[in-house]
Amino acid sequence: MSQQYPALLVIVPLLSALVISAAGWINKRLCFPIAVAALGVAAYSCIGLLLRVLEEGAIVYRLGGWDPPMGIAYYVDHLNGLVLVVVSVVAFLNLIASKKSIELELPDKTAPFYALYVLQVTGLLGIVATGDAFNLYVLLEITALSGYAMLAMGKDRAQLSTLNYLYMGTIGACFYLLGVGYLYIVTGSLNMVDIANILPPLYESKAVLGAFIICLVGVWVKMAFFPLHAWLPNAYTHGPSAASSLIAPLVTKVMIYVMIRLILTVFTPEFAFNILAVSKPIVWLAVAAIFMGAILALAERNLKKMLTYIIVAEVGYMVGGAWLGNRTGMTGAILHIVNDALMTLCAFLVVSNIAYKLKGYAFDDLKGLVRKMPFTMGAFVIAALSIIGVPPTCGFFSKWYLISGAIQAGQYAFMVALLFSSLVNVVLFFRVIEICYYEPFSNGHGHDHHPEPMAEAPLTMLVPLFIVAAGLVLVGLYTGDIVNNIIEFAIPKSIV
Amino acid sequence: MGDLIQIVVAKYNYWIYITLMMIGLYAMIVKNNLVKKIVGMNIFQTAIILFYVSTGAKRGATIPILEHGHGEHGAGAHMVHAVDYINPLPHVLMLTAIVVSVATLGVALALAIRIYNRHNTLEEDEILAQIREK
Amino acid sequence: MKILGLIIALSTGVLLIYATGDFPGWADPASPASLHLSPHFIEKTMEETSVPNIVTAVLADYRGYDTMYETAVIFTAGLACFILLRIFVREEPGDRLYRHLLTGVTVRVKEGAKLPPSEDFERIDATWTPPDLIIKTICRFLIPFIQLFALYVIAHGHHSPGGGFQGGVILGASIILLAISQDLRTSVRRMREKLDAVLCAVGVIIYAGTGALCLLLGLNFLDYSALASVLHCDPVTARSHGILIVEIGVGIAVMCTMIWIYNNVSSTGKYDEGL
Repeated sequence: MSQQYPALLVIVPLLSALVISAAGWINKRLCFPIAVAALGVAAYSCIGLLLRVLEEGAIVYRLGGWDPPMGIAYYVDHLNGLVLVVVSVVAFLNLIASKKSIELELPDKTAPFYALYVLQVTGLLGIVATGDAFNLYVLLEITALSGYAMLAMGKDRAQLSTLNYLYMGTIGACFYLLGVGYLYIVTGSLNMVDIANILPPLYESKAVLGAFIICLVGVWVKMAFFPLHAWLPNAYTHGPSAASSLIAPLVTKVMIYVMIRLILTVFTPEFAFNILAVSKPIVWLAVAAIFMGAILALAERNLKKMLTYIIVAEVGYMVGGAWLGNRTGMTGAILHIVNDALMTLCAFLVVSNIAYKLKGYAFDDLKGLVRKMPFTMGAFVIAALSIIGVPPTCGFFSKWYLISGAIQAGQYAFMVALLFSSLVNVVLFFRVIEICYYEPFSNGHGHDHHPEPMAEAPLTMLVPLFIVAAGLVLVGLYTGDIVNNIIEFAIPKSIV
Repeated sequence: MGDLIQIVVAKYNYWIYITLMMIGLYAMIVKNNLVKKIVGMNIFQTAIILFYVSTGAKRGATIPILEHGHGEHGAGAHMVHAVDYINPLPHVLMLTAIVVSVATLGVALALAIRIYNRHNTLEEDEILAQIREK
Repeated sequence: MKILGLIIALSTGVLLIYATGDFPGWADPASPASLHLSPHFIEKTMEETSVPNIVTAVLADYRGYDTMYETAVIFTAGLACFILLRIFVREEPGDRLYRHLLTGVTVRVKEGAKLPPSEDFERIDATWTPPDLIIKTICRFLIPFIQLFALYVIAHGHHSPGGGFQGGVILGASIILLAISQDLRTSVRRMREKLDAVLCAVGVIIYAGTGALCLLLGLNFLDYSALASVLHCDPVTARSHGILIVEIGVGIAVMCTMIWIYNNVSSTGKYDEGL
C-alpha cells in the first residue's frame, strides 16, 4: 500500500466528502467521524510519503498508468513532502477543534459544511502534490469554490466580502490559466518537468516572458500579495470561525508553495533570477507589503481583523525571502511556510475559542479574559511570541534565515522591514495581552471583587490548541534537523 | 508594410481574443452593479476558452474523431496520420474550463441573491453606504 | 476607478499581445503544440484504448484524473448553492395565492390562516400566467424524447461528439423544462430533493470508485486496464469499458447538479415557488 500513498492522500478525502454529503441526508451524526477518519488517513499517508521521499528521493506517481507527459503525474520531492505534511496535520487538528464551533454557528447545515471542508483539504493536498500545470488549475478551482461557500456562511458582511474574494480569486486563477496556455503554445506540453526540459532554448522569447509574468501575477492575486491584498481582511474576518481557521493558515501558504515551484522547477532559477532582472523590484514590493501590513494592523481594534493584516505582512516575508536569490533566503521562505501555517493556526484557534465563549472579538470584549480563559490566553501568548520572533519558538528561526539572506544579498531595506515588523508585532500583541491581563472585568471596586469563574472552552477545542502551541516550540527546537534533512534537498544546487 | 500584414494575418485570432478578455476584465473592475461584474467575469473566462480552442486548429485537418474507426479493430485499421486531425488536447482542457466557469457562475449568482435579499439593491456603492450606516 | 480599470486592462492587454510575438501562426501544422503530444494521442488512441473519439479518450483516460476533479467541481458548486440558499421552512409560509378552478377567482391566504380545501383550489405562484395547453402538452411529449437523446449522447460518446458532460446537461435540461413549462412543485414531485442530492454524490462516487477499484486491484489509480480481470476482457477493451462507466457517473452527477442548482436559485432556497 505504501506505493499508493500519493493517490491515497487525495482519493480518501474526496470519497469521504462525497459520502458525507450523501450521508448527511440520512443521519447527521455520521458526518464528523467520517471526516475525522478521512483526514487522519490523509495525514498518515502524507507522513508516510515524506518518509519515503527522505529515503528514496523524488517520487513520480503515474495516474491512470500513463507515462508523463502523456498522462498526469504526481511529482513528490522534498519541498512537496514537507508542505503536504503541514497541510494535512493543520487541517486534521483544526477539524477536531472546530466541531463545537460549527455546531454552534451553523446548526442545520453541519453535514454540507463538513463535506465542503474535506473537499477544500482535498484541493489543497492535490495542489501541493501535483506535477501537472493544468491539473493544478482544476484543483485551484476546487479549493477556491469550497472556500467561497464556507466563508459565505458567516453573518453580516460575509456574503459581500466573499463575492469580492470570488472576483479577485477568479481573476487570479484565469491569469494562471492564461500563463499555462502561453507555455503550452510554445512548448506543447503541460507537465512541469517536461516544460522545464523544453524551455531552455526558448528563454529569450517574448512568449515565455509573458507567460512568466502573467502566471506570477495570477498567483500573487491568490496569495494576497500587496497591492492585490484588498480581498483578504474582509473575507477572512467575516467568515465562520471554523472556516477562517482552516483557510487563513493554509491557502496563502499553498499559493506561496506554487510560486516557489514555478520559480524552482518550471522556470528554473537560471531564468527567474539571472535572465530576468525583476528580483530587486519584487523585493521592494515585499518590503512595501510588510510595511503596509504592519501599519494597517496597528489601526485595527478587532482582534481577528488585526490577525488578517498580519497574514498580509507574513506573505510579504515569504515572497521577499524567495526572491532574494540566495540559498539562505529561499530556506527562510520555505521554513516560514511551515512555521507560519502553525502560528496562524494557533492564533485563529484562539480567536475561535473566544468567539465560542464570548460573542465578539473586538478589543473591548476581551477585557480580563485571562481570568476566564487562562489556557487559551496561554496559547495566545506562545503564538504571539512566535509571530514576534522570540527564541525558542519557530518564528525566530525563520526570521533569522530571512534576515541573514537579506544581508547576504545586500537587500538592507528588506532586513529593516523585517525588524520593523517584529517591533510592530510586539506593540500589537502586547496591547491585546495588556487588555486581557490587566484590565478589571467586573464593575465593582475592591471589596466586591469576586474572582471570575473560569469559563474555558470545551476540551475538544483546547487539546488541539495545546498540541499546536507545543508544536510551535518543538518545530523551533528541531529547526536544524528540518533544514538540514529536508529543505537543503528541496532547493536545487544552482542557487548559492 | 507587407511584414505587418503578414503578422496580422498569422495572429489576428489571438489578438481578437485578448481584446475580448480585456473587455471582460475592464467590466469586472469598473462596473458598479454586481450582476454586471459577474457578466464581465463570464466574458473573461469565455474569451480564454476561445483563445485555447483556437490554438488547436490545423490547416486542412478534420475533427478529432477517427474516420473508419467504427467497427475496425486490430490489424485491419487504416494508418492514421496526425496531420489529418486537429489537436485534441486544447478541446479536452477547455471542457474542464467550461465546467469550472459554469460552477463559478452558479456560486456567484447564489451570493448575489443572498446580498440582494439582505440589502434590496445590487449596486455596490449603495450596499457599502448601507453597511457604513449600520 | 474607471481610469484605474482602464490602465489595468490596457497594460495587461498590451503585455499579452506583445507576448504573442513569438507564437506560431494560426492553424500552423508545425507548431510545437501539434508536434509534441498530439501525434501520440491521435495515432495511438485506437490501439491503446480502442475508442475512435480522440477527445473522449484523452478526457476520460489519459487525463481522466482532471475530469474526476472537474466532476467534483460541479458537485461542489451544487453543494455551495445548497448551503448558501436553502432554507428549511418548518412553519407555514407567508402569503399564498390560490385560484378557484371553476370560476377563476384568485384567493390570497394570509400568514397563519387556514388552507382552503384542496380539490377546488390550486396553488399558484406569484408570477402566475394562464396555463397554455399547447406549451404544457408539447413539453410533456418532448421530455421523454429529450431524455432518450441525452442517453444516446452519453452512450455514443465513444464514436461521435458527446460524452458524460453533454448528456448530463441535456438530462438536467429535461427536468428543468418540466419546471419551467409547469411549475417548480411539479418537478420537485417528480425528482425529490433528497434523491437529487444523494444521486449527485453517487455520480461522482461512481467515477472515483472506479478509480479506487483499479487501485485495489493492484495498479495505479484510474488505470482502467486493471478492470480486465473484473470484466473478463483484454486490457485495451477494459479501457474502453472503463471510459463508458465513468462517463455514466459523470452524466448522473451533472444532471443532478444542474437540477439542484436550478431548484435552489430559482426558488431562492424555499422550494415553494419557481420562476
